[in-house]
Amino acid sequence: MSTVRERSVPGSRLPYLLIAPAVLGMLYLLLYPLARAVLISLQDFRLRQLILGDADFVGLRNYRTLLGDPVFWEVVRRTFVFMAVCVVAVMVLSTLVALMTERLGRAARTVVLSSLVLVWAVPVVAATTVFQWLFHSEFGIVNETLTGLGFASYEGYPWFAHGGAAFGIVVVLIVWQSVPFAAITLYSALVTVPAELYESARMDGAGAARVFRSVTFPLIRPIFMLVLSLEVIWTFKAFVQIWVMTRGGPGEATTILPVYAVQTALAGQRYDLGSAASILTVLLMSGVLVLYFRQLFRQEGEQL
Amino acid sequence: MSHPRSPLHRVLRRLPLNAAAVLTVVICLFPVYWMVTTAFKPSTDIQSYDPRLIPRAWTLDHFHEAVSADGFGLFWRNSILVTLSAVLLALLVALGAAYAVARMRWRGRRQFMLAVFVAQMAPWESLIIPIYIISRDTGMLDRLPTLTLVYFMITLPFTVVVLRGFIAGIPPELEEAAQVDGCTRAGAFRRVAFPLLAPGLMATSLFGFITAWNEFTYANFLIIKQQDSRTLPVWLSSFQSTFGTDWGATMAAATLFALPALIIFLALQRHVTAGLASGGVKG
Repeated sequence: MSTVRERSVPGSRLPYLLIAPAVLGMLYLLLYPLARAVLISLQDFRLRQLILGDADFVGLRNYRTLLGDPVFWEVVRRTFVFMAVCVVAVMVLSTLVALMTERLGRAARTVVLSSLVLVWAVPVVAATTVFQWLFHSEFGIVNETLTGLGFASYEGYPWFAHGGAAFGIVVVLIVWQSVPFAAITLYSALVTVPAELYESARMDGAGAARVFRSVTFPLIRPIFMLVLSLEVIWTFKAFVQIWVMTRGGPGEATTILPVYAVQTALAGQRYDLGSAASILTVLLMSGVLVLYFRQLFRQEGEQL
Repeated sequence: MSHPRSPLHRVLRRLPLNAAAVLTVVICLFPVYWMVTTAFKPSTDIQSYDPRLIPRAWTLDHFHEAVSADGFGLFWRNSILVTLSAVLLALLVALGAAYAVARMRWRGRRQFMLAVFVAQMAPWESLIIPIYIISRDTGMLDRLPTLTLVYFMITLPFTVVVLRGFIAGIPPELEEAAQVDGCTRAGAFRRVAFPLLAPGLMATSLFGFITAWNEFTYANFLIIKQQDSRTLPVWLSSFQSTFGTDWGATMAAATLFALPALIIFLALQRHVTAGLASGGVKG
């Protein structure tokens, strides 16, 4: 074919030199920490071992301790509830927003897309701080508005002191921050659906819901599944919002797996149990990851 | 369907749709609007039981307070330093790798790209504990270069994926022509392909910039004792404990922190809505 490619004869060392720094980075900064986490999860590793070294291997004891602890199972259950609520809300809302955006006139569409991009751009810590202010018990606009509407019980209501309310705010924040990416991606999938398909479906007498179910959704399904699996994986990124807002509290109301792992390790100095919890989290995630990669490679075709 | 539709009829028919659009825009913009206006409101209006949607009076006091807070300049400098060095390092390393993948054939190419895709999905939330311990063992705790390395690794996979796409999009014939004219392979790439790559480099580095600029977790757990090495997100998260209930100053700090990311995102809007969505970028 072309000389640029012909020159790269098999056996040349140049490509390996070019990828060497990237490979070294992945080995030292990703694989090694992961291996170290596995190692620590098999050891008796507390503050003493952190300072002196010389940790003893204890086999699967840490995993047995975790799996026998009802608190851990409660955290797992909460993580799945949190994930389900967030992902369903994000997917439903972003599909609706995408469908709406597609039907808007040009000017309105630009305004909606720009607003979505703006939300996407707000840094996580800034957004979290703003939501703390919106839901502030005394001067927060949410309580003022609810009180003004006649819900007197919300006067001075301390949102972050009640487990259910704090959990709800974290969900609302995550959904508010996640919808833009999902909606914009789904919208860019929607515009690739040929208009003729809609017309012929309508001529066959199909209603709006039927058109969506039989024409639109099957065509955007690959992208929909891709976004869905990304949102599931990104649930664990809620660590930041939760840590800044509630530290997993009040009580344990917002403690999901990554929060639990870090609290156990860094606050309780049980690095071994924390690592075991992290490894279990990674195992849980990897199932979804496999789904994601299958979808991604089907989507990207032979680009790999 | 046969009778001619009046304009009024059309407006009424589109009313629910447009109402939904207005609602979407309001829900999107209100928190941002509230952050910015709170930052400009006098404290007496912020701590009022009768909040106004449009500020009655404007003041820059809160911005003064945020900027003159202890260490603000230092944290700003730290953030810029860590972010820029991580992005430049990632760009340099990714450029080589992306070129090798897009332009050369070698054994292990598929495996390498697979590793990059997996690395892009790395469970960073679950690696805090081992990275904390490794940094502690190697004396890298409380040091900015540690953060640079972590941010480099967070942004590297995405940068490789996107740059590979950009390089593959440049016809190899252009470089070949330059090579025929006597350029070396590296010279041909630098003189011919590199200028064409500029938009791609720009877009990827800005997204890397935003990722590193916003990163909170590692900045929070790897910088513990050395308060002078903190970065802006950590500073902002502790702003309340520094300033108590001064929400005006807190919102001013949040606005100042969000501003660079907002400007970059809006400038890049075209790229955002196009290809990057499929790359799985979390803003």
